[in-house]
Amino acid sequence: MKDELDETSGPDLSDDEEALLKEMPTLTDVGQARRTFLGQTLASSLGAFALMLLEKEQALAALATSPGAVFAPAPALENPVSVVLKVNGATKTLEVDSRMVLLDALRERLELTGTKKGCDQGQCGACTVLVDGRRVLSCLTLAATVEGKEVTTVEGLAKGDELHPVQAAFIKYDGFQCGYCTPGQICSAVGLLEEARRGEVSHVTEDVTAPVKQLSDDEIRERMSGNICRCGAYPKIVAAIQEAHSGRESARTWCFVDEDELARVRKEWEADETV
Amino acid sequence: MPRYIGKEMSRVDGVAKVTGRAKYAAEFRAPNLAYGFIVTGAVAKGTIKSIDTQEAERAPGVVRVFTHLNTPKLGPKANTELAPPQNARQQDKSFRALQSDKIYFNAQPVALVVAETYEQARYASRLVKVTYNAEKHSTDTEAVRGNAKAPTQGRPPQARGNPDEAMKSAAVKVEAEYRIAIEHHNPMEPHAAVAAWEGDKLTIFDKTQEVYGVRRHLASTFGVPEANVSVVSPYVGGAFGSSLRPNYYPALTAMAARELRRPVKVVYTRTQMFTGHGHRPYTIQKIALGAEASGKLTAMIHTAVHNTSSFEEFNDNTTGFTRQVYACPNLYAPTLIVPTDLPTPTWMRAPGAVSGMFALECAMDELAYALKIDPLELRLINYAEKDPESGRPFSSKALRECYRLGSEKFGWKNRKMEPRSMRDGRLLVGWGTATGVWGAFQSPATAKITYRSDGTAHVTSATSDIGPGTYTVMTMIAAEYLGNRPEQVKFELGDTNFPRAPAQGGSQTTSSVGSAVHGAALAVTNKLLTLANQDASSPLKSAAVADVEMLDGRLRLKSDPSKFVSIPEVMRRNNLNEVTETFESRPSPERQKYATMAHGAQFVEVKVDPDLGTVRVTRAIEVTACGKIINPKASHSQEIGGVVWGIGMALQEATEIDHRYGRIMNPNLQHYHVPVNADVHEVETMFVEEDDKVVNPLGVKGMGELGMVGIPAAIANAVFHATGKRVRELPITPDKLL
Amino acid sequence: MRPFKYVRASDAAAAARAVAANPRAKFLAGGTNILDLMKEDVERPNELIDLTRLKLAEIKAAGGGVSIGALAKNTDTANHPLIRKNYPLLTQAIVAGASGQLRNMATNGGNLMQRTRCQYFYDTAMPCNKREPGTGCGALEGLNRIHAIFGWSDKCVATYPGDMANALYALDAVVRVRGANGKERTIPVGEFHRLPGDTPERDNNLAHGELITAIELPKSSFAKNSYYLKVRDRASYAFALVAVAAALELDGNNVRAARVVLGGVAHKPWRSQEAEAALAGKPASEESFRRAADAALAGAKPLAHNAYKVELGKRAVVRALMRAAHLV
Repeated sequence: MKDELDETSGPDLSDDEEALLKEMPTLTDVGQARRTFLGQTLASSLGAFALMLLEKEQALAALATSPGAVFAPAPALENPVSVVLKVNGATKTLEVDSRMVLLDALRERLELTGTKKGCDQGQCGACTVLVDGRRVLSCLTLAATVEGKEVTTVEGLAKGDELHPVQAAFIKYDGFQCGYCTPGQICSAVGLLEEARRGEVSHVTEDVTAPVKQLSDDEIRERMSGNICRCGAYPKIVAAIQEAHSGRESARTWCFVDEDELARVRKEWEADETV
Repeated sequence: MPRYIGKEMSRVDGVAKVTGRAKYAAEFRAPNLAYGFIVTGAVAKGTIKSIDTQEAERAPGVVRVFTHLNTPKLGPKANTELAPPQNARQQDKSFRALQSDKIYFNAQPVALVVAETYEQARYASRLVKVTYNAEKHSTDTEAVRGNAKAPTQGRPPQARGNPDEAMKSAAVKVEAEYRIAIEHHNPMEPHAAVAAWEGDKLTIFDKTQEVYGVRRHLASTFGVPEANVSVVSPYVGGAFGSSLRPNYYPALTAMAARELRRPVKVVYTRTQMFTGHGHRPYTIQKIALGAEASGKLTAMIHTAVHNTSSFEEFNDNTTGFTRQVYACPNLYAPTLIVPTDLPTPTWMRAPGAVSGMFALECAMDELAYALKIDPLELRLINYAEKDPESGRPFSSKALRECYRLGSEKFGWKNRKMEPRSMRDGRLLVGWGTATGVWGAFQSPATAKITYRSDGTAHVTSATSDIGPGTYTVMTMIAAEYLGNRPEQVKFELGDTNFPRAPAQGGSQTTSSVGSAVHGAALAVTNKLLTLANQDASSPLKSAAVADVEMLDGRLRLKSDPSKFVSIPEVMRRNNLNEVTETFESRPSPERQKYATMAHGAQFVEVKVDPDLGTVRVTRAIEVTACGKIINPKASHSQEIGGVVWGIGMALQEATEIDHRYGRIMNPNLQHYHVPVNADVHEVETMFVEEDDKVVNPLGVKGMGELGMVGIPAAIANAVFHATGKRVRELPITPDKLL
Repeated sequence: MRPFKYVRASDAAAAARAVAANPRAKFLAGGTNILDLMKEDVERPNELIDLTRLKLAEIKAAGGGVSIGALAKNTDTANHPLIRKNYPLLTQAIVAGASGQLRNMATNGGNLMQRTRCQYFYDTAMPCNKREPGTGCGALEGLNRIHAIFGWSDKCVATYPGDMANALYALDAVVRVRGANGKERTIPVGEFHRLPGDTPERDNNLAHGELITAIELPKSSFAKNSYYLKVRDRASYAFALVAVAAALELDGNNVRAARVVLGGVAHKPWRSQEAEAALAGKPASEESFRRAADAALAGAKPLAHNAYKVELGKRAVVRALMRAAHLV
């Protein structure tokens, strides 16, 4: 078979990526340099999509208040709490209902809808953000408690047009389908890489008394198990995080069966049948 | 040589998704937005005796509390655009919220609290007090299976040959009963809508697999022309069938927005998702297989019974593919349904097929052991060369190749037939296989292309992308046939302002919408050719559209690329900046002469801890014959998704009902288990491409369902091989293997 | 979520006083359980005292053992060098629970306070004596596959869902608490949680307003031979069907002392002194472990849907002991 799933063949590059790669031979090394390269090219190809999203967003923005619109009588905020926090580097001051969780503050108040509400109960991981650099669930974090803290959401990971290596790797390995759990997966992965650097252990760490260095794929699987992906992109999520973690490219796990191969098996069973 | 089709392409919406810029239904903003929170009931059947909303209405921030007492009728009204229903099938009997005091199922919506903030609405929802006149309910399919009947719609089940006689005289027989628990889709994105009216015009952002379906539903609900309803759904955070039909919340949301004259947002809680749409039904299947000693099937009797609701028939067609998988002259395979006091079930990934094939493919494994024939060999012995149901040839079917190549890749020949004969240390190793099958469907679809003189193109069709990569594959098809680059194509979907497309379900999007995009690109080509040939000196003078192609801004002869015209020049000569063509593709009549199906062979390895009963699916190979593959990168992801869904169904997923109350007791992701990352290991895909010009011009079949169909059976068969224990009731949780 | 007053506590004394003064006030630490339950209307405090700014997160050597602050995060506790080296059982138990994100949020004190995951407790439309005394136990005759096989009463068959406490019990830890009056006391972990009896609404023996300040681990001789086993319906991020904290002190090949604590089987971590007695002085072998497992599960009283836990419990005890003894 031509497309053996061997260790060396990485995922195919698109024609454009291939062409660019030929022009930029110094960037072909596996690891950080290559990841940066991917990040740059992908971010610059956003064009048409960015425009389209803006249009959809503006669809209702200009809607005037209807005559006769019904409002609650003077809805004063109950139990208001004043919170000052940093979100993606910018200082935000909010007056929130004490019942508001960070997730709703981000989505409903700060227009940061990249952080997703999947279950609102700490059972799916879609709402994962980084607070002071650690991955946490924003659905079970009261907004009032993040006073003075630094929150990083998926919107804050890229540097300008350059994607974070984890974001670029998710695109490269197709580590998502519907995309809804993706921001949580990515924030979780960024937090996980930091935990790995600190040498933290997991449930599958064979000897918790020994230092932990490189994460195996099994380690990544376990450490990402708090992020449910219903589309089932798990193997590709693991591949993406593994490359961001170790620079190791994962082998391609699909192949086309080529004509010669087909001809061979067809011949074989014809032979079988004549026997 | 295709430039894009058949090659890996990263998702065009990838950057939007990894940066959080992709907007899902609940994320659209509108001025003066109010928040609705649904209140659900506490009995399974009966009527509402009293409903006290006073305390809720007095709670801070509450705008209004809607109940059946103050909610306008949300039913089909006179609508000049709508023809009267032609048959019962078109009559929409789906559940609509707050229309009467009648309770049809537990956790049915009984009120909608609308408030200025989400926190206020959620709190006030707890203050609504409801009492009920409860009636005796029935939610246990097992208890009422004796009442099951054939659905009133569709063909009544008919026998092929004489199955009873053939069964009696069969040399070898197996007979068993299989069960599948109710399952819920649980897409990661909760169902949500944001609705806003301007006069009698409605804009609604909705999570849906079919914007036109929601439009039809809402137009009839509110008695406004369809043209007044704009449904927008650019991103859908998974759906898996749960958004094929309009659920009760879009009408509820639009109702509240209309009554309050301001935009309203309603989002299901995770718990409400267990009753806010349908489910994969509870299915009991009895299968008897009769065969000659050689393994040749002589009789198949496969009866499925599943639940439906008290107010609506749902037919999962559980046994549909049983009629088409194996060559067998004598067969009876009815699917029967029985009403219960639960919400109406609905299609859930690989509907019917995965349930029916779980039973059939496990029964085939049991037959293989009864015959002492290798399970894969048994399938080859009964290979259907033509469609056993219609007698028609298959438009293409490379299933035999899938079996052969998959078994080679997997190392099947090293499998020892005897259960419990393979080990990895303390763990028992089991290898199982099953066949996957799905229809190669196609529906009418329309796409519109505006091609500009600078080489860019705007392509639209109101399909959806719930995750398979529709944005990307349509961009690839357009770029392929418009001869430009994917970055020059902007494909948009999920909006009723775009031409009509079918629901994204049944794995038919690429074949339907892809054919429309392809057709629209050819229409653009044809238009440009006509324009070019208005010039007497055109080098393409005698060419037909089939003879030419667009590439890099040129229109050229396929046979002689040196003969070309510059497209910008042609457009300039005709004072055109752009050319717009709309094309509706329809299934070709040629398809009627064939059976059009996709097939696959699926192999899995499990490792079972014999002491603790835990099962790990350590390896899975999907070998897939579904026509032409457009984007192998995303297709592989679909196949992986199918395996993950198969793992969930086989080992984890079950919606549990306390039948004393008729209430779902695990409506959340801590108690309803779906696979997590640690449950999933190696998944490989082999694509055996088929050259099929019959199915559609692109030669594509669908694969979103196919990859799941055989997996639960393959896993259950592997568990038997590992442990010697035949578990016929899904999910196979550790307690069943002790 | 009912309206509540949010108060950021600046010192432990004030925090304890504030809760003691209001019968409907509750402490807030990591929030991973109480906020979920508040959203479900199961917990209905009208005041939350946020403890997270208190200086109670230290993990330090103390009196030959280790003192871990009540507000130390689960992650930091599991990964602390003193814990990994001297109490690997505790590390294993913590990382067997929840997810990375939740462990980054959850505190040690809060972990002890987490409430049952019984489905009837979670659903306010259902009877539950723990949530609403006097309404009955929905699970007793209902769906009880995940429920208790030890120590339940006809008022409640729920289980304590945590992992950490099982290991703490095996390690003879004590919980240091501080009352509103400033007085401190210690409670052995095994006496911290209660059996349901007639008062299933009470999970533990803390008085209202008592604040957990630390968990103290004595010097342990189990570090070399311990193992935390968790059996669940999927590979990760799920509560235990059965869990076992097993610890052995070996003298050559003989068991000098043993600890066997089961999780997921009772309203509290379930220590089997019968199993421990069966092991004492016996060789560390599969045979002795089987006898100990039989002893551990001998008194089990399964419900309609959880008889499997008896057999699973036995096998889990054997496996955990085998791992602890490095025999597998």
